[in-house]
Amino acid sequence: MTVRLRGGLATAVLLVVVLASLFPLYWSVVVASHDNADVAGRVPPLLPGGELPGHVREVFAAVDFLAALRNSAVVAVTVTAANVLLSTAAGFAFAHLRFRGRDALFAVVVASAAVPVQLGVVPLFVLVGELGWYGRLEAVVVPGLVSAFSVFWMRQACREAVPAALVDAARVDGCSLVRVYRHVVLPALRPHATVLAMLTFVASWNDFFWPLVVLDPNEAPTVQVALSRLAGGYYTDYPLVLTGAVLGTLPVVVLFAVVARGVVGGIMRGAVTG
Amino acid sequence: MAVLLARLDRRVTPYLLVAPFFVLFGAFGLYPAARTAWMSLYDWDLLDGPVAFTGWANYAALFADPGFYRALANTASIFVAATVPQLLCALGVAALLDRPLRGSAVWRAVVLLPNVVPVVAVALVFAQLFGRDQGLVNWVLSGFGADPVDWRAHAWSAHLGVAVMVAWRWTGYNALLYLAAMRAVPRELHEAAELDGASRWRAFRSVTLPSIRPTLLFTAVVATIGGFQLFTEPTLFGGADGGADRQFQTLVMYLYEAGFERFDAGYAAAVSWVLFALCAVLALVNAALLRRAVRGG
Repeated sequence: MTVRLRGGLATAVLLVVVLASLFPLYWSVVVASHDNADVAGRVPPLLPGGELPGHVREVFAAVDFLAALRNSAVVAVTVTAANVLLSTAAGFAFAHLRFRGRDALFAVVVASAAVPVQLGVVPLFVLVGELGWYGRLEAVVVPGLVSAFSVFWMRQACREAVPAALVDAARVDGCSLVRVYRHVVLPALRPHATVLAMLTFVASWNDFFWPLVVLDPNEAPTVQVALSRLAGGYYTDYPLVLTGAVLGTLPVVVLFAVVARGVVGGIMRGAVTG
Repeated sequence: MAVLLARLDRRVTPYLLVAPFFVLFGAFGLYPAARTAWMSLYDWDLLDGPVAFTGWANYAALFADPGFYRALANTASIFVAATVPQLLCALGVAALLDRPLRGSAVWRAVVLLPNVVPVVAVALVFAQLFGRDQGLVNWVLSGFGADPVDWRAHAWSAHLGVAVMVAWRWTGYNALLYLAAMRAVPRELHEAAELDGASRWRAFRSVTLPSIRPTLLFTAVVATIGGFQLFTEPTLFGGADGGADRQFQTLVMYLYEAGFERFDAGYAAAVSWVLFALCAVLALVNAALLRRAVRGG
């Protein structure tokens, strides 16, 4: 009896945690779907209203939100694809190939993860200007094409999922290393690549500091920068701003819903091995 | 010929496979970092370039600026307010998720959801929740008869507001890391505790917590580095300047103000290096703790 009661209490507490996790998302939809007068009323509305479609149109009129969505998509997709391909190649080499300086080079990869982005922002901004990339998507895409985290992740994955015997067998059969990469390594790493792709896509889609610095907010920013501009006036039109926030969140939430199982498993596995 | 090609392949291809990382890291990580050191010794205008070599002047000015210490104190205060309750909550959530639970995959996914939501969107929602006149938090407080709080106006309340956002984003993520570590604790340890007649709480304290100490420290390390790079949440909570008295300006906001609002690139570069040094010291302290914990645990 007490055991079942305690089990019920645990579920109830978890339920509260889950509601707290979901509430801000729900609340942004509530505010986004009411007009300013409702939101400013003595009693705030607690259920969604009917103004959302109108606000969506307003957001697209107020800032070039379509261009921002397109830019964010271009950045996130390119960065994700490049990270998966490049880090799988590097991870494969570090996990299974013997070459001079391998361990020292891998130590550099690990150490580089400790260099915070902010250390280089000022000269990076100057460098981007010299390259003629200021205000262009290259400035956001190119520095993000590969990261220490993804190389580290894929090296672990290679050790777990690609048996050394399989690599050796393919090479004895006369496969070049590039062919081994394409036909043995890439297929075996698909589940790990999915997790990495999701994490990279989310990080890239959500990035704010660097795009804010290097993109022209009035020209063609990413969604996050466009949102901050929408919120940036003296007076904040919360229904409008939160409509934008909902629009900018929707793609990642949908993507997360599709691959959540793999991502949760990946984060939990990474915690034990990493 | 084929043998020669195969040998070339074996010798050269590994380097080609790892080259992209090193080229990109060199160009967009290492080179800017080195150039930051160089720039910090100059009076350097962000748009016009170097004005004059000034040696350590930027660092001297930085260490003499009360604004720097205020930003440092703000960062530390927000970090503590966000991290301590967050990690404790995460432990609790992990302990709950560790029980036999129907639909455990769904619970875990929902708990992780806040972590994938864009920080900008999170910050904007919480800015609304903590609004002075129309915010939900003040409305709830008024239900208890309390006066509305002007959240952005005071240091303590602004720090609290920002800390709540940070905690909301990261509690579930940390809970999953703890859950993974708890799952890896050998069953025999729990069985032994049960045989000894230990209560649930006692077993959690004496078996689970010591066993997951490395993970506890790992999350503390990550939270520390993250905490010292806090920018988006406070910026969107109440403005890029960090409030009228800079009462919630963090170190990175201080850096942003110097570099990208005042265009004082040399000064901002000095801030970058000091920030980096701080992070490095904290990382070393954490690593030492981690090593001791692994050996001790």
